[in-house]
Amino acid sequence: MSRSTRWLWSAAILAYAFLYIPLAIVVMYSFNDSRLNAEWVGFTLFWYEALLNNKEMLLAARNSLIIALSASFSATLLGTMAGLAIHRYKLKVLPVLVFTPVAMPEILLGVSLLLFFLQVLNLTLGMISIIIAHTTFCIGFVAVIVRARLQGMDESIFEAARDLGASPWQTFRLITLPLIMPAVVAGALMSFTLSIDDFVITFFTKGVGEPILPIQIYTMIKVAVTPEVNAVSTLLMLLTLIMIIIAGKLEARNMEAAGGEAGK
Amino acid sequence: MALLEIRDVTRHFGDYTAVDHVSISIEAGEFFTLLGPSGCGKTTLLRMIAGFDLPDSGQILLDGEDMVGTPPEKRPVHTVFQTYALFPHMTVADNIAFPLRMAGKPPQEIRARVTEALDDVRLPSFANRFPHELSGGQKQRVALARGLVNRPRLLLLDEPLGALDAKLREEMQIELINLQKEIGITFVFVTHAQDEALALSHRIAVMNRGNVEQIDEPSKIYGFPRNRFVADFIGKISMMDAQVMEAAPSHLKLDIGELGEVITAGKEGVKPGDKGVMAIRPEQVRISHPSNGAQLKNHFLGTVHDFLYIGDVTTYIVELSNGTHIEALLPNSAPGRATFFEVGDLVGVSWRHDAGIFLHD
Repeated sequence: MSRSTRWLWSAAILAYAFLYIPLAIVVMYSFNDSRLNAEWVGFTLFWYEALLNNKEMLLAARNSLIIALSASFSATLLGTMAGLAIHRYKLKVLPVLVFTPVAMPEILLGVSLLLFFLQVLNLTLGMISIIIAHTTFCIGFVAVIVRARLQGMDESIFEAARDLGASPWQTFRLITLPLIMPAVVAGALMSFTLSIDDFVITFFTKGVGEPILPIQIYTMIKVAVTPEVNAVSTLLMLLTLIMIIIAGKLEARNMEAAGGEAGK
Repeated sequence: MALLEIRDVTRHFGDYTAVDHVSISIEAGEFFTLLGPSGCGKTTLLRMIAGFDLPDSGQILLDGEDMVGTPPEKRPVHTVFQTYALFPHMTVADNIAFPLRMAGKPPQEIRARVTEALDDVRLPSFANRFPHELSGGQKQRVALARGLVNRPRLLLLDEPLGALDAKLREEMQIELINLQKEIGITFVFVTHAQDEALALSHRIAVMNRGNVEQIDEPSKIYGFPRNRFVADFIGKISMMDAQVMEAAPSHLKLDIGELGEVITAGKEGVKPGDKGVMAIRPEQVRISHPSNGAQLKNHFLGTVHDFLYIGDVTTYIVELSNGTHIEALLPNSAPGRATFFEVGDLVGVSWRHDAGIFLHD
């Protein structure tokens, strides 16, 4: 190994250590038989058991899942439509409208949605308002991904479908949708992960009722960082990891079928 | 009645007129080519026949029925795209089956016709491949099979050989001719390559800046170009300024600057005093030692200015006494000899009295 490659390797290892050691510590202490996050005492599943008995935490997790699933579903639907529309109609104002929420500071989005819900819609804050808020900021991400995929495709494929006898709807169902599917799935998974751990916008739009996971964790930490928080974080990490693996597998399978050409 | 009748079709894009009052009629069974440089309107015209674009005015009649307002999927017209446009997520068999499925054919019939179509394009064992596993020529054949399988009234081909290398192109040209002959479907072929158009077509429409310059058989287009654009665009041709001195049905007598008199083929609508050019194809020009054939008409002296050795033939560029250049083609029939004349040699050039063409300015 030459000097410069050794240097590059150590830089890379340091960077990854910086990213992953904190995560590893959280996982480790979630199995630690001690109330303090200070020293390793012994292995236990006690904190997971405690978590299972923590009604408030379970409710928060359930709520967060419901929100993430509903918000990512509607954001994927609307975002895909937006991506298709931006690609098809070369209207200049459309991408600005769709992508602005992505770039907007979350705090601003949170405040403006809060005002909008209370003063314009006269909505009682709760699950519904959070789902709408999460959908709003996820649409842009889905649209970006879908449009990027469409941009790389040969436009005459869609014309060929029409030419060979497919109606616009058949063309969408048999050609367009299968070809953009990897982007749609990636957008859905991205929306899910963005939604499940969102703090700022959730904080502004949640009202006083239901507990929500990231906010529940924050409230617990205000008292003390208990190993219970480590346990719930570890589970959250596991869920995210599974989603990433699924996304990777789907993408690989789709690319195999599309021969890597759909993206060209 | 013609199969396809394009009547006075015009299409503007903003200030730009892509197709300008074009009328063409194409008979059933024809191999018809739209030929012209890029931007001449040939692709716009093709897209209007397919239904992807609509004329601003005029009619497109198929079997006497106006197609304007009929969406592409309802027209009995299929297209082979320049990029082939195969569906990347479908196998070759599914690609070819697509138009049959859309037409609601029963599964057994679809299977039989796909097999038959694969045989037609000589790819019987490729049914389960995906497009990315095919070479350019194979993709081309699949695109052809897909376009032909549901027996459209008309097959449109948009520069389908453009992406292939020279050798494969020639092979595909021969295959296209045979396929069209066997299946009998009318082809409308778009290309900017004049050699391709001449080799493939029954008739050619030469287009330029949205207008049709000439519609004729390949040999007429090549041999009797109607105007300077067609003469210049198709093949090689030498041109020199000329004025008509005498116009008879059998021949014209032209005055060519300081060169003198030239006799050319007779042409309708030409009268003494008309100005234009005398045009002559290189293969019609005989190049010889200066003393040979001096007694003939259309015989002039010049010096070899340059030559281009191509292998089978050598093109000589001869500078005539008035300073104009004329090209002469000489087959390299003697073995092992690249040139018969060298740069600077004094030579005689001559051509038959009916070989030259007079073209108005």
